[in-house]
Amino acid sequence: MMGPETPFGFESPPVREEMESLALSDAPSSDYRSAMSSSLPTAVSAASVDAGGGDPLLYPPHHLQFSPSSPAYGDGGDASSSSASSFLEPPSYADVVFSPFESQNNGGSDQGSFVHRDCSPRSARTAASDYLKIAVADPQKEQETANSLVPGGATYVTYLITTRVRSAAAGEVETGPIEFSVRRRFRDVVTLADRLAEAYRGFFIPPRPDKNVVESQVMQKHEFVEQRRSALEKYLWRLAEHPVIGKSDELRVFLQAKGKLPLPTTTDVASRMLDGAVRLPKQLFGEGPAAQVAPQDVVQPAKGGRDLLRIFKELKQAVTNDWGGVKPLLVEEDKEFLESKEKMQDLEQQLSIASQQAEALVKGQQDIGETMGELGLAFIKLTKFETEEGVYNTQKVRAADTKNVATAAVKASRLYRELNAQTVKHLDTLHEYLGLMLAVHSAFSDRASALLTVQTLMSDLTTLNTRIEKLEAASSKIFGGDSSRLRKVEELRETIRATENAKICAIKEYERIKENNRNELDRLDRERHDDFLSMLKGFVINQVGYSEKIANVWATVAEETSRYARDRN
Amino acid sequence: MISPETSPPRSSSQSPRSPPAAPFLYISVTEPVKLGNGVQAYISYRVITRTNLPEFQGPEKIVIRRYSDFVWLHDRLAEKYKGIFIPPLPEKSAVEKFRFSTEFIEMRRQALDIFINRIASHPELKQSEDLRTFLQEDEETMERARSQETGIFKKPADLIQIFKDVQTKVSDVVLGKEKPVEETDPEYEKLKHYIFGLEDHLAETQKQAFRLVKRHRELGQSLSDFGKAMKLLGACEGNSLGKVFSELGAKSELLSIKLQKEAHNLLMNFEEPLKDYVRAVQSIKVTFADRANAFRQHCELAETTKLKEINLDKLNLMRSDKVREAEMEYRELKSESEQATRRFETIVRLMNEEIVRFQEQKTADMGLAFHQFAKGQAKLANDIADAWRSVLPKIEACSVSSQHG
Repeated sequence: MMGPETPFGFESPPVREEMESLALSDAPSSDYRSAMSSSLPTAVSAASVDAGGGDPLLYPPHHLQFSPSSPAYGDGGDASSSSASSFLEPPSYADVVFSPFESQNNGGSDQGSFVHRDCSPRSARTAASDYLKIAVADPQKEQETANSLVPGGATYVTYLITTRVRSAAAGEVETGPIEFSVRRRFRDVVTLADRLAEAYRGFFIPPRPDKNVVESQVMQKHEFVEQRRSALEKYLWRLAEHPVIGKSDELRVFLQAKGKLPLPTTTDVASRMLDGAVRLPKQLFGEGPAAQVAPQDVVQPAKGGRDLLRIFKELKQAVTNDWGGVKPLLVEEDKEFLESKEKMQDLEQQLSIASQQAEALVKGQQDIGETMGELGLAFIKLTKFETEEGVYNTQKVRAADTKNVATAAVKASRLYRELNAQTVKHLDTLHEYLGLMLAVHSAFSDRASALLTVQTLMSDLTTLNTRIEKLEAASSKIFGGDSSRLRKVEELRETIRATENAKICAIKEYERIKENNRNELDRLDRERHDDFLSMLKGFVINQVGYSEKIANVWATVAEETSRYARDRN
Repeated sequence: MISPETSPPRSSSQSPRSPPAAPFLYISVTEPVKLGNGVQAYISYRVITRTNLPEFQGPEKIVIRRYSDFVWLHDRLAEKYKGIFIPPLPEKSAVEKFRFSTEFIEMRRQALDIFINRIASHPELKQSEDLRTFLQEDEETMERARSQETGIFKKPADLIQIFKDVQTKVSDVVLGKEKPVEETDPEYEKLKHYIFGLEDHLAETQKQAFRLVKRHRELGQSLSDFGKAMKLLGACEGNSLGKVFSELGAKSELLSIKLQKEAHNLLMNFEEPLKDYVRAVQSIKVTFADRANAFRQHCELAETTKLKEINLDKLNLMRSDKVREAEMEYRELKSESEQATRRFETIVRLMNEEIVRFQEQKTADMGLAFHQFAKGQAKLANDIADAWRSVLPKIEACSVSSQHG
């Protein structure tokens, strides 16, 4: 499922007017997401998201077939098992009218649609990615072996992930395999996401699909597995599209390393707590190395378990920042950043509302289409009844009129449904960016915690320096010096040196994260601008195209029945 | 059916030298006004009659009528013109809250207008004296006439009829005749089957039509909310993209209004005619009942007459002195039986004509309703296309500027 692209390139078989094939077999679904998947089942699940050429939306709409004969209308001769696949030309003709970049030749041709799709912002990004193709498929149930808390019962699902890497440029030597195939489970995805979050602080990392609390029970449902499969595919694609993360080792290893995922897992909570509990006494009582924050450690946020002391210190610092009258030694001064942060908060709020209303709109469109279809069916039944029981000529005429209205209503209903399926895809961009706000939050909090580390270290230094002053002052009062105190001072000076180093590292890290934030904000603004514009364009063109079709359907009937209005007057 | 809004094609002022104009009778039900207070509040309508028919008091007459007056007229006609499908009335409203809503009042006014004009264009019904009373008498006279009909104050003839019906039923049971006598005309059977089936199908279509009205309203509401959200998002984004969002939002809100309008149009010009169709079918079922009653009476009286005849012959043979009395009774009964047979045959004849009229009328009514429906939907769809299309230039401007910027 690709966000903002307008789908077209359907072949268009001629209009079929057989009313017998018009059974509405699709079950109505209230959730717009399953509305989307129910209308294009084969296209989405079977196809891989392919940046180079095929778009899942390009597949001919066999999925729009209705059951060939509904028992109620099986009048021997009439019932043709016609595949009432979509007779709709794609809105691309409207697209041709309005898009200045396209060739004006033929709106319905694949050529035109292909060209247009290359203009979409998303495909420009995928074209820059290292990856040509990522496909998630073939969910399999597997048995949990060792470490199972539930003996002999736990199963989990694995997915086959096929990746094709962009081949070397022309003229260069192919250095290795370009297609990979691995099996992963959802837990691996969580691991990947966590490792990326650690390694790429300050970046807007695409959010991973949700965990589901009661996993084993929900797992059974095919729908859930299909949703998860689709979500995983999309997630991996988003990662691949990211200019920095797409080139990361973590992603590469996830997609290419056969067998067990060679990334450290996040689940080792117990050992971390133990580790931290062991180190804490040393940290609290000893003044030695254990008490210092190792420079390399400051590059990571204080993690639960291992760095209890550091956590306490940073917490204390945070409280001081909030409540203390003293301004910390280093504050977030970047005005630009503060403005951006406010804007992001505002954006998130508006996106949340917009996302909700978009869902409501989709539901409204779906409902009207459904009811139109049911009205059409009711009229079909009426027509059939009048035709069978008809005695008078006026009845025949009325039956014919009713049939016209019925067919029009069913056609309109189908058009509404298609319109809605496309609307869902376009407006999905809103939902995606809403999800991305979480990533923005994370990136900003990376920055905040890096700043906090710096502030804490600076406080430490202040404290240490104060202690040295006190000791030196006390020592100077004693004639000949106080050797024990002086020794202490030396130790402290060493600690200061180490802490200074750590501070330098922490500042570097903070600056690095700030830089990442800045770049990512720029990238977000640019991409969001393009994606939103594309979304709006696609949405509008879609509405125009389908509304015109619907208008035509009804205009014909209005024309056919115009004599009744004339007779009246 | 006569449209209430069109004025008569011929001018009402006639020059002395022009040939006599064709007879016309135009009625409009207008200007609903709420009268009275609290529980007794009701709606009154202005009924305007324009005619050149001599039976009427003048070329134009305006009276004030309320719903129960229409009910009176309907019931009188139903009594007197058995065999004719009396045009149906809109339902009484059960829900108090809804009774005075603008929509309900408008729907009822339209239905009453259609009702009275159907009567005025029916070859038999238009000659009814009750119609003239309804169209011309002042309100006090109407009220008196109305109260005579309500409740237990029935005319003596009706009481006798009710008594006779009860009698027949009792004797049926006593004589072990459980099943009421019924016609066996296959064509009539077919008609009954048709009408009953038709009612079911029509009810379904009417239900869906009503739902469709609701869906239009709901979609209108979502578009309005969506529009607002887009505007807010536009304000947040700012610059040319923000403008696009705002424009989109504005169009969305515009379309919301159009959807509400179309919902109303659908209700008045598509759903109401379907409901009216259902009512008409129900009216036919009433005529079925009348016919069945008439048939039963005809059969029973014929049978009773025959028995009386046999009895009379017996008495004649016996040269009884009861012969004269018996002969008188026999003649009375025979005359009644002939009347009953005539009544039945009239109903059959009328029904045959009525069915043809009904089919014609319904084809015309539904044709118009379909036309309104299709026209409304086409216009809505075009409006939607136009509204969204107008956003495209802004989108193009935005993409061009972002390329150069």
